[in-house]
Amino acid sequence: MNDAATLVLLTLAATLREATPLVLCAMGGLFSERSGIIDVGLEGKMLMAAFFAAAISAVTGSAWLGIAAAVAAAEVLALLHGFACITHRGNQVVSGVAINILSAGLTVVLGNAWFNRGGQTPALEAPGQRLLPLFFPGAGDNILMYVALASVPLTWWVITRTRFGLRLRAVGEMPLAVDTAGISVPGLRYRAVLLCGLLSGLAGAYLSIAQNAGFGRDMTAGQGFIALAAVIFGKWRPFPAFGACLMFGLLDAVAIRLQGVRVPGIGEVPVQLIQALPYLLTMFLLAGFIGRAIAPKAVGVPYEKEH
Amino acid sequence: MKPLPRWADIVLMPLINIALAFVIVGIIVAVIGVDPGKALKLLVVGALGSSESIGYTLYYATNFIFTGLAVAVAFHAGLFNIGGEGQAYIGGLGCGLAILALDRYLPAWAMIPVAVAAAALFGAAWAAVPAWLQAWRGSHIVITTIMFNFVASALMVYLLVNVLIAPGSMTPQSRNFAASGKLPQVHELLDRLGFQVAPSALNLSIVLAIACCFLAWVFLWHTPWGYALRTMGHNPDAAIYAGTNLRRMTMLAMCLSGALAGFVGVNELMGVHQRIVLDFPAGYGFAGIAVSLMGRNHPLGIVLAALLFGALQQGGAELAFDVPTITREMVVVIQGLVILFCGALAHLPRPWLQYLLAPRAEP
Repeated sequence: MNDAATLVLLTLAATLREATPLVLCAMGGLFSERSGIIDVGLEGKMLMAAFFAAAISAVTGSAWLGIAAAVAAAEVLALLHGFACITHRGNQVVSGVAINILSAGLTVVLGNAWFNRGGQTPALEAPGQRLLPLFFPGAGDNILMYVALASVPLTWWVITRTRFGLRLRAVGEMPLAVDTAGISVPGLRYRAVLLCGLLSGLAGAYLSIAQNAGFGRDMTAGQGFIALAAVIFGKWRPFPAFGACLMFGLLDAVAIRLQGVRVPGIGEVPVQLIQALPYLLTMFLLAGFIGRAIAPKAVGVPYEKEH
Repeated sequence: MKPLPRWADIVLMPLINIALAFVIVGIIVAVIGVDPGKALKLLVVGALGSSESIGYTLYYATNFIFTGLAVAVAFHAGLFNIGGEGQAYIGGLGCGLAILALDRYLPAWAMIPVAVAAAALFGAAWAAVPAWLQAWRGSHIVITTIMFNFVASALMVYLLVNVLIAPGSMTPQSRNFAASGKLPQVHELLDRLGFQVAPSALNLSIVLAIACCFLAWVFLWHTPWGYALRTMGHNPDAAIYAGTNLRRMTMLAMCLSGALAGFVGVNELMGVHQRIVLDFPAGYGFAGIAVSLMGRNHPLGIVLAALLFGALQQGGAELAFDVPTITREMVVVIQGLVILFCGALAHLPRPWLQYLLAPRAEP
């Protein structure tokens, strides 16, 4: 009995650890998408942030400076996305793909040039260089995990209960109406994109200086896309998206636990199947087999002000 | 503001966009402490300096032609296929499975067409699912093709680790293909004709790539289906009015796109690796977006862009070999910047050009 309880607790902690970057990233993506800007570049922002967090923390010895650098790096990419999609009305998907590819290359190029370890950053071993668990040493409950948990009700509150949130939703559904009311459409969208940069930057920092002790090439491994899938799975609403993140986190935790284990009656469950499940489930949802996912109406459409 | 003259739109704008991308690359190279001029020289020599390096440049360009065409064909139909990576992967699986099943029974002249057809079929099938989901169930093709890249990758890891792995092998790869499953290398053919060329990975896939370019051009601009496909891309309402079945056209465009991406498997597995290996698409699917954007979605432009990207890939590898501070990923950075400047920021120089090229009033 005690064993079962321990197993449940361990799995729960692992789920939270795996879900934290997804939650942060998904809340960021939610702000962006609700304002009408598709963000395929979550993955790239998170990767770049993870690199700068580990690099700066390794050089300065301060995890807090690492977080600041991560957020700054993600914000630069967010502004680039905004500049391309809002100011120049470029294709939002193309811009996101460009950011992903750019980050995948640049992190390795800079990492190799600065640290000479084939794209990795030095291992973070000194006490101040990483974010450590606050209350339960075994659970890995560092500060960013609590930030992630707090970000969900906060996002919900901002989007549904504040004036900014109302306008944000309006600009994602019908920018013309917002413009007619005398509110700047680009201004609102830039603010949404910057919030997205902040949250995906924290997600990246979590990966490299909290969950792991250093940056490795392509360490996001598709988690930005899983976060995007969670936004869609949660139908662009904070709490359902959080639920999707927890589910995907649980799948990850289970995949790690089931590696090479034979389940009675089923045999060995292929880990790759569990890894592919978030994507497959999202596709089922998108295909309308599990309810209906309706995106904000103006998502992906550049707004052209009439002169 | 007046629209730009046609030559400026087709030639000048892309050149300015590429130049901007390379200025940023130069800055990055300088930041990591390498002289950009020296790096450029090493890159050009590495890409074009010998018959061996030219062979490798053309071999890389072959992959870029396939994925560039794949993106372009879908793009003309108004569909954004970001799933080239997964389609190439599964196309290679099809090609490899056909060879593993039949290479002991068929001679090369029969084996090669069957394997090429299998690559096209599997690539098309992998693209058909997102196409079907978009056409019949209304889910967005960008999202579904991204998801399918990851599903393809998971599937291939599973198959290679658990099913296809060669008996006794420690690395996840299939057994070697028999000789009939090998595409002739270009240097061998030239040797037989009496020309001495250094060996490289360049194989007959490049002929397939050129043929695909020509066929894509004929299909898109000189057949009723191509016309209907492009109409759908420009104005779906007009296409419906003209009697086009948009659902079937979506399927057709995506299947062609997937088949083209699947040919990367032919070049990589039949031309080079001689077995099914992990991760052979190595980013070619994503780079196809850059190639297509740079080539303005036209087969001729795609060939030119693919040659540039092939040269970058080969020259970048040589550069990374010569200068330890620069890694091969520099090429990935360049690809990302090209997508950024030729795609998302394509209209950045337009206002300046409009100002410069506008006819001035006589004083």
